[in-house]
Amino acid sequence: MSALLEVDNLNVSMRNGSGRLVPVIENLSFAVAPAQTLALVGESGCGKSMTALALMRLLPEDFVITSGRIVLEGRDVLTLPAKQMRSLRGSAMSMIFQEPMTALNPLFTVGDQIGEVLRWHQGLDRAAARSRAIALLRAVQIPAAEQRIDAYPHQLSGGMRQRVMIAMALAGRPKLLIADEPTTALDVTVQAQIFDLLAELQRSTGTAILLITHDLGAVAELADEMLVLYAGRCIEAGASEAIVTAPRHPYTRGLLNCVPHLAVGGPPQPWVDLGEIPGMVPPLGARGADCAFLARCAQACDVCRAKPQPTLEPIAPGHAVSCWRKTELAA
Amino acid sequence: MSMAEAIRGTGTREVLLDVNDLVVHFPAGRRHGRPSFVHAVDGVSFRVRRGTTLGIVGESGSGKSTTAQAVMRLVPATSGQIVFGNRDIAGLTGRALREVRRHLQIVFQDPFSALNPRRRAGDQIREPLDLLGIGTRSERDERVRRLLAEVGLPPQAADLYPHQFSGGQRQRLCIARAMAPEPDLIVCDEAVSALDVAIQAQILNLLKRLQRERDLTYIFISHDLGVIQKFCDEVAVMYLGKIVEQAPAAEIFAAPRHPYTWSLIAAAAPPGPMRDELKRRHLVKGDPPSPVDPPPGCRFAQRCPAAIDSCSQRLPVLGAIGPDHYVACHRLAELPCLPFDGC
Ligand SMILES: Nc1ncnc2c1ncn2[C@@H]1O[C@H](COP(=O)(O)OP(=O)(O)OP(=O)(O)O)[C@@H](O)[C@H]1O
Ligand SMILES: Nc1ncnc2c1ncn2[C@@H]1O[C@H](COP(=O)(O)OP(=O)(O)O)[C@@H](O)[C@H]1O
Ligand code: SF4
Ligand code: SF4
Ligand SMILES: [Mg+2]
Ligand SMILES: [Mg+2]
Repeated sequence: MSALLEVDNLNVSMRNGSGRLVPVIENLSFAVAPAQTLALVGESGCGKSMTALALMRLLPEDFVITSGRIVLEGRDVLTLPAKQMRSLRGSAMSMIFQEPMTALNPLFTVGDQIGEVLRWHQGLDRAAARSRAIALLRAVQIPAAEQRIDAYPHQLSGGMRQRVMIAMALAGRPKLLIADEPTTALDVTVQAQIFDLLAELQRSTGTAILLITHDLGAVAELADEMLVLYAGRCIEAGASEAIVTAPRHPYTRGLLNCVPHLAVGGPPQPWVDLGEIPGMVPPLGARGADCAFLARCAQACDVCRAKPQPTLEPIAPGHAVSCWRKTELAA
Repeated sequence: MSMAEAIRGTGTREVLLDVNDLVVHFPAGRRHGRPSFVHAVDGVSFRVRRGTTLGIVGESGSGKSTTAQAVMRLVPATSGQIVFGNRDIAGLTGRALREVRRHLQIVFQDPFSALNPRRRAGDQIREPLDLLGIGTRSERDERVRRLLAEVGLPPQAADLYPHQFSGGQRQRLCIARAMAPEPDLIVCDEAVSALDVAIQAQILNLLKRLQRERDLTYIFISHDLGVIQKFCDEVAVMYLGKIVEQAPAAEIFAAPRHPYTWSLIAAAAPPGPMRDELKRRHLVKGDPPSPVDPPPGCRFAQRCPAAIDSCSQRLPVLGAIGPDHYVACHRLAELPCLPFDGC
């Protein structure tokens, strides 16, 4: 299948205090096909949001794309003039942000904000925009949509605000929806509702989804493919089923082991310490040429210390890993 | 908790906290000419034994934080008893309240807003010691060093400011500060919810080790049932200001009895055909109704898939259905069990 989005060897850097460029994202390549979900996984600080913002060309000041290509529906996103880029955002691709309150304007009603997207991208008039906004709120399962459309963001619960964000992101009928930790701030029931909603919307609209999360297990079902980022580098990629059942990279294994999953119906379990990945993600500017995970890796050996970051290489069909010991560890 | 206790239960330990019929109402303006109230906590009773962890789960707005804050005497209880040690602390004021507060500490979800950005880490850990006048100056300095080491931070951390730490390190700082006055009870209100999975595991292991070493008692609030099951001895499920079910963790996830507990479990169960079936039958939709002047009857009646007419007329009371297992539902006897609990 031909890809909707293709990212080819993307490099993003930050200009630090002394004007030097330090790498944030290194040599990142991936593709998303229509109606597919790709999960971007990693601890906080690994560069997930920066990848998303690079795609949208919304990187903060001081951050620059130093090389690479981003192609959406055959169009080179990085060379588009600013005006075309603005119309692309919200129509061809749109984004749901980590904290809905920062993305919604507290001074305008939900209806005004969704209506604005509709008028801008689809040229609807006021009345048409309003009725379409109500339909969108219904689609994201907001009860009493006719009344809620006149509510201000602070009058809604966290779950409802996140659903409003999704409605807004869908208003321009995007081909690609980028969801940056859409449920981290929400409680379990709402989380389940939002994930179900995304899956259902994808079925009915064929939207491709780039789903960003630090909880690998939580998205395994929803995602077709997965890409694990560590310190701005892709260290494992492949079908999500394969990665969850047979993770190869020590970091991916660590991420899976440290999450306590609910076991229903089982006998009582005494406490056993959770698997830990000691230490933390190296900050920007402190990432050397060798394997970025070296300092925290329990499997590290002399080879890893002597050589640079291993390239991302296939270990099985559709499953690639960046680790010097990948073959041994697979056994 | 020892292995033996994991099997036998923790029922032989001393009760440290005994909350009886706790009510916390907040004024919410006037409706139809009469004052109305947010029924944030509406008649909650539970006990926590020393050295154990009580988990509280429930949707946003169900009253988890308010319950914990009332126990800590951070919000005033409208009525009810809070027996800590052997005395009711609900009405304490002044010096007596300050004295009891050192035994009760809290760790919040957002470690950044919980810390003062302009004070060095060491000073913030010392602060409760200074306020309470514990030890001499040099003893306090020594204690700060020890606390930093215990939460896994280097001694130099004492001289840094909060923004110089990562999220996980800041939460370690908050834990060190909470432990400084050697409390008996620590409330962890979503203390790991904002952390990513790797840091969350580090902090949970740390809290568990400190509990073992110091016989600490925790009230642990979280919306992550996997974490709750792993970390807690007892679990209370709250819905709109009420506890609807309470049981040992081993029991509540093996044989839950309340339709709302079923919904929570359905939302969090591991993927597979059983989860799909649980979700189809038990996961509730929408949001909980308003906690302002709730109607009579079961609070869950509007959303409960098993509700019948009489549910919205009478309020079900929390009744014992087994050792340490309590449920509030009129239809307890009639409702079928979940596919996994083998009853
Ligand atoms: N100071 C206050 N004044 C008025 N209402 C309040 C106040 N504090 C809490 N409430 C209300 O009391 C109810 C219970 O709130 P609480 O913060 O205890 O919920 P929670 O279970 O901790 O929710 P969350 O999961 O979102 O933290 C909510 O309806 C809330 O809006
Ligand atoms: N505004 C900023 N200024 C400086 N550094 C930043 C800024 N935002 C993010 N970073 C850094 O960039 C890296 C990647 O961040 P981000 O993409 O937000 O990670 P993630 O979304 O995976 O948590 C991290 O090291 C983070 O500390
Ligand atoms: S290359 Fe070496 S240090 Fe890096 S993840 Fe693999 S085993 Fe660990
Ligand atoms: S009392 Fe009725 S409404 Fe309430 S939980 Fe039981 S069956 Fe449902
Ligand atoms: Mg992020
Ligand atoms: Mg709370």
